[in-house]
Amino acid sequence: MSHGTWSATEWSRRIKAGEMTVREAAELVYERIEKNEKNYHCYITVKEKAVLLAEAERLQQRIDNGEFSESPIAGVPVALKDNLCAEGMRMTCASRMLESFVAPYTAEAVRRLSEAGALIIGKTNMDEFSMGNTTETSFFGETGNPAAPGCVPGGSSGGSAAAVAAGECVFALGSETGGSVRQPAAHCGVVGLKPTYGTVSRYGMVAYASSLDQIGPLTNTVEDCAAVLSVIAGKDEKDATSVAREDYDFLAGLKDGIAGCRVALPKEYLAEGIHEDVKQALLAAAAALEAAGATVTETELGMTEQLVPMYYCIASAEASSNLARYDGIRYGHRTGDYGSVQELVARSRAEGFGAEVKRRILLGTQVLHGENYENYYLRALKTKEVLKRRFEELFATYQYILAPVAPATAPKLGETKTLLQKYLEDIFTVPANLTGIPAISVPFGRDKKQHPIGIQLMADRFCEKELFRAAYVLEQAGERMQK
Amino acid sequence: MKQYEARMGLEVHVELKTASKLFCGCRAAFGGTANTQVCPVCLGYPGALPVVNRHATELAVAIGLALGCDIARVSRFDRKNYFYPDNPQNYQITQWYLPIATNGSVSIETESGEKKIRIRQMHMEEDAGKLVHEDGQTRIDYNRSGIPLVEIVTEPDFSTGEEVIAFLEKLRLRIQYLGASDCRMQEGSLRVDVNLSVRECGSSALGVRTEMKNLNSFRSVLLAIEQEEKRQIAVLEAGGAIVQETRRWLEQENTSVAMRKKETAGEYRYFPDPDLPPLIVDRELLEKVAKKRPEFREEKIERYKAEYGLSGYDAVILTSSVQLATLFEETTAICKEPKEVSNWLMTETQRLLREQGQDAEDLSVAPEALATLIFYIKEGKINRTIAKEVYEKVFLERVDPETYIRANGLFMEESADILEETAWLVLKECKKSVEDYRAGKEKALGFLVGQMMKRLGGKANPARVTECLRKCLQIDGAGKE
Repeated sequence: MSHGTWSATEWSRRIKAGEMTVREAAELVYERIEKNEKNYHCYITVKEKAVLLAEAERLQQRIDNGEFSESPIAGVPVALKDNLCAEGMRMTCASRMLESFVAPYTAEAVRRLSEAGALIIGKTNMDEFSMGNTTETSFFGETGNPAAPGCVPGGSSGGSAAAVAAGECVFALGSETGGSVRQPAAHCGVVGLKPTYGTVSRYGMVAYASSLDQIGPLTNTVEDCAAVLSVIAGKDEKDATSVAREDYDFLAGLKDGIAGCRVALPKEYLAEGIHEDVKQALLAAAAALEAAGATVTETELGMTEQLVPMYYCIASAEASSNLARYDGIRYGHRTGDYGSVQELVARSRAEGFGAEVKRRILLGTQVLHGENYENYYLRALKTKEVLKRRFEELFATYQYILAPVAPATAPKLGETKTLLQKYLEDIFTVPANLTGIPAISVPFGRDKKQHPIGIQLMADRFCEKELFRAAYVLEQAGERMQK
Repeated sequence: MKQYEARMGLEVHVELKTASKLFCGCRAAFGGTANTQVCPVCLGYPGALPVVNRHATELAVAIGLALGCDIARVSRFDRKNYFYPDNPQNYQITQWYLPIATNGSVSIETESGEKKIRIRQMHMEEDAGKLVHEDGQTRIDYNRSGIPLVEIVTEPDFSTGEEVIAFLEKLRLRIQYLGASDCRMQEGSLRVDVNLSVRECGSSALGVRTEMKNLNSFRSVLLAIEQEEKRQIAVLEAGGAIVQETRRWLEQENTSVAMRKKETAGEYRYFPDPDLPPLIVDRELLEKVAKKRPEFREEKIERYKAEYGLSGYDAVILTSSVQLATLFEETTAICKEPKEVSNWLMTETQRLLREQGQDAEDLSVAPEALATLIFYIKEGKINRTIAKEVYEKVFLERVDPETYIRANGLFMEESADILEETAWLVLKECKKSVEDYRAGKEKALGFLVGQMMKRLGGKANPARVTECLRKCLQIDGAGKE
């Protein structure tokens, strides 16, 4: 590779040092898109080359003028999950409902990227309205996994993960509700982070389940991940759930190591239901952390049976309300055949939404209806509080929880599974969303088919810096393993 | 026929007078070209998020306190889910589970003495857009979407329409004094829904109730109550049963029609809005509201009597609207003539309001203008007749009194030269009266004064005219001798 590793921080350093131009960076990425896109279909919308190169030139001038001197990602090509608003660009959420919707404003996280001089390439494929974990529910067709031929990239941010893996961007933004960044990152062999709830503004990100949603970076390296987070994180007055943090320098002390740290490895994660190759990688990761001076202790997490039902109760309830606004009246798909406003709304929604979206809307509507509110929704919220306390207890003793990301490596495209099987695959990722803590997926080893495996680290709320430190240890150990 | 009695409870929506909407920065002004006061938030665009307007919270707390409610230190916003095109998110953000204010009461005067109306709760919520039906089409104006409202829910404590009106008048005035809302029913900033049921006298259980909507004036409220009570009694007398439903008042026809069966709460799938953290009313906010608390009517009446020596009757009228009370206080502050100010407001102002068919709410007289007129009268620069003429101009056209009086030459003639000149002319013309005066007929002097006033167009002080005439008559007499 003529420009070394495809690292965002590395590229930005070179661009600012005059060793690479923004145009070269854009052209490198565009070549990959032209070569790979027909195989992988990472994008729903890609900017035209001429437009992109013109933007690259303008960005170059600003960089030459000394702007963005503090930015770790200036001049670097980035892809956005297609549920993030960028003014003037189409935003579909991979749904027929928003097939031709053009965003009239820009999401706060995207604004922050632009302000840091990142070059937006396009909008990536995803599960429709983020509902799914294979990117197969997209109205625009499936995405291939560049790291595991014939397999899905995971989801819902599958297009973003695949684009990073295929070199069709240098880094990407995705979003999570129950693992939608970490799981595709694991399946595609890239780094993916779900930040502490409230760290990145949700303003301009299309909501799936507001209390669980969080935007996160997908990158080639842990350092890039920390750098991107430092750019997109920040208290935003436009998002009432965003929080002000004391420190946004997530790169500080990245390589300080984890000697003396305590790591919990929940016993349940080594039990049945997890693929042998993943289990071996998990144990190898534990050994790698111990080798770096940490202590890994097997503990009991408990509550594993409640996790997925709790998650789907809460997520679908919020989704049923969040997605009510798509009615064909103000924007989005409108049926051509209606005699009344009720028909207009009902038919537009019937035609505009795919099967999985409808299923979750119906489930959520049911969960909130009448007495079900108490029996299901409130009970799920209460169980969530119990889970939070359980994690607080764990974090009183341990700095990290070590876990798999998914029970196995990427499934084959079109593989038939029951819904329950598909939902249960979220079991290792949903706890971080339910408790609001940060969690990262780091590529660590491969299975027998040479498909990437992701290992997950979780830390207490607001402990991203510590999380990156441990993730960096795993990343280094994983690279040594590859050699 | 059996004897029946009605029971009523109210749901009152009040639009809060904030500069911007409840959850976004859009202007909250009434009117405006359709869909010009909108943004991604109040249009329910993908990815838009609500943020609570702190000023709206302040006003809600102020109203809650004015209704004697307990203010919740922690309340919460919930989503009420239903599909309707005026509701851009297809859910309304309201407070269902934990409202900001509960357990209040307001006393009203009734024929049988004071009566306490209990307030069950008051919660904050956002308004919907407006459907505009024209040319066989329906369009939607979202300017109103997201305007802050409070909904005040009373217990079913009313037995007559008059009690309802007494309550509403008191409520409206209090909120107006707080400056928290205009409370104009015509513009929809005060909306009243009446829940009404009837039962046989002596029965303790409440009957099945209906909810009446689309009441655009106090008069409609009264008429609707009267008609609905009759309708329900007729249904029961005919052996029928009342259906729990929402009814729509038809102003023109003086009757109501069923709109829809009343939804149960479960159908709205209320749940806490995950986009909004709990609403905290802290000590700082409470103190801020307390500091801004205005004097209410009851307190004003007492003070007007004690401080300004006004009669109880005058004090009651002057405090019956914020505009009137404000005009009274501000004018008095300038001219220090409370009784004089009160007279102007009680007589001339009331007459003009009546003639123009206006409410005191529409008053636009500047206190400086009225104070100026009162000064001029006191200093003898104009007389009352002219003052009334000018005041009418002030009232109708908001003219500046000084400019107007000067432009129209209405100031009293004060120049001694002109007075004397005029006196000599009059004496010359009215020889007969001069002779009569000399013959001892004092009355003749009155005639001469009248003539002089006529020549001066009424713009002179009668005392000074008389004095000037006497002087001239003396000189005239002396010259002859």
